[in-house]
Amino acid sequence: MRKYKIPHKFEVKSILELYVEWFRQGKLKINSDWNRDLKIKFTLQDPCNIVRKTLGDKVAEDIREFLRVLVGEQNFVDMIPNKSNNFCCGGGGGALQAGFPKDRRRYGKLKFDQIMDTGAHYVLAPCHNCHAQIEDICEHYGGSYHTAHIWTIICLSLGILGKNERSYLGPDLADYGL
Amino acid sequence: MSNNIDLTDLSADFKQQVLDQVPDANLDLCLTCGTCTGGCPASELMGLDPRKFLRMVNLGLDDQVKATEWAWVCTMCGRCMYVCPMKINIPKLIYNTRKSWPMETRPKGIRGSCEQHVKSGNAMGVPTEDFIWTVEDVVEEIRQTQPLFADMEVTVDRPGAFMAVNQNSREPVTEPDEMAPLWKILHLVEADWTYPSVMWAGENYCMFLGDDDGWRHIIERFADHIDNTLGCKQVVNTE
Repeated sequence: MRKYKIPHKFEVKSILELYVEWFRQGKLKINSDWNRDLKIKFTLQDPCNIVRKTLGDKVAEDIREFLRVLVGEQNFVDMIPNKSNNFCCGGGGGALQAGFPKDRRRYGKLKFDQIMDTGAHYVLAPCHNCHAQIEDICEHYGGSYHTAHIWTIICLSLGILGKNERSYLGPDLADYGL
Repeated sequence: MSNNIDLTDLSADFKQQVLDQVPDANLDLCLTCGTCTGGCPASELMGLDPRKFLRMVNLGLDDQVKATEWAWVCTMCGRCMYVCPMKINIPKLIYNTRKSWPMETRPKGIRGSCEQHVKSGNAMGVPTEDFIWTVEDVVEEIRQTQPLFADMEVTVDRPGAFMAVNQNSREPVTEPDEMAPLWKILHLVEADWTYPSVMWAGENYCMFLGDDDGWRHIIERFADHIDNTLGCKQVVNTE
């Protein structure tokens, strides 16, 4: 809206900011008891458009504080580099539909290596382009991690994830709580 | 014997066009340090990288700049600019390069999605009634089968709601049940929210296409709908 100088009366928030807000306000009572024995490892994709290009490192740091509570401090592993310094996964900018899949996947090799280096079982990808690309490079390069949305893990941890809402979970979590 | 470099015949027209659009792009300030390239995952794809691309622009190699498909392989992620000591706006240079391609030569997939979004409010081209129907269908099923959520409310276009939440169009079309976890969270925190029915999708294919008119149109209609029809004070980007 700033780009085209479109007047507007509303404020814009990212759902990531709200997760953190609700948690701090005590409205979203997350905890990591569910993962205490499972010890499943999670990493986070910092989407370029949300972190580097818009809200900056603050949202990246805040959401990490949230995720450490959600999955357990020792079960969260960061990619290197991360936050505003993160490498683009290669799914954005229309890459998924640009018609250059070989180049897109070569682009994504860097991201695949980053993820594999974390040893994480799950990548939380709060951007649909990232989510699709990170899933695709996993299949293409033979990784074993799963790509999930943060909302799925929040609901799983609270015991409210429906049985049809688990398509991105691996066998380690697919039946959890059912 | 050395000569001074003679720049009188250098005409970097495309560079000037971009600077006209983006006066603070700093294209002339490039030191060719290569820091951009060092952290760019698109480096070496198609034999190009951000430093080389900008060099071509600065040297007026306009034909080559516009002919390479590298502009569609770069994702405009902005890491180059983030690390650039001169803050050169390479993403906007790429955006304007995409824009310089005649519309019918731009990648079909992106073009189709952008056109759909301008027409129907989402890149998958879902008619509004179908979006509403899908939402109502899924929430009804949850109300019937998940007692904890028997009274969960999910609305489209509820006037006066505090929050207007956007929705990536992938879910309603290919995996509608995947919308539910977010609804449950919103329900748990007692959020006062609704989906907008106009330009409801979170994706931005016009940015990918280099289509300013489409982009502006989408945002104008969206802002108008939020401000004037629904009166929501907060827009939540779930993308």
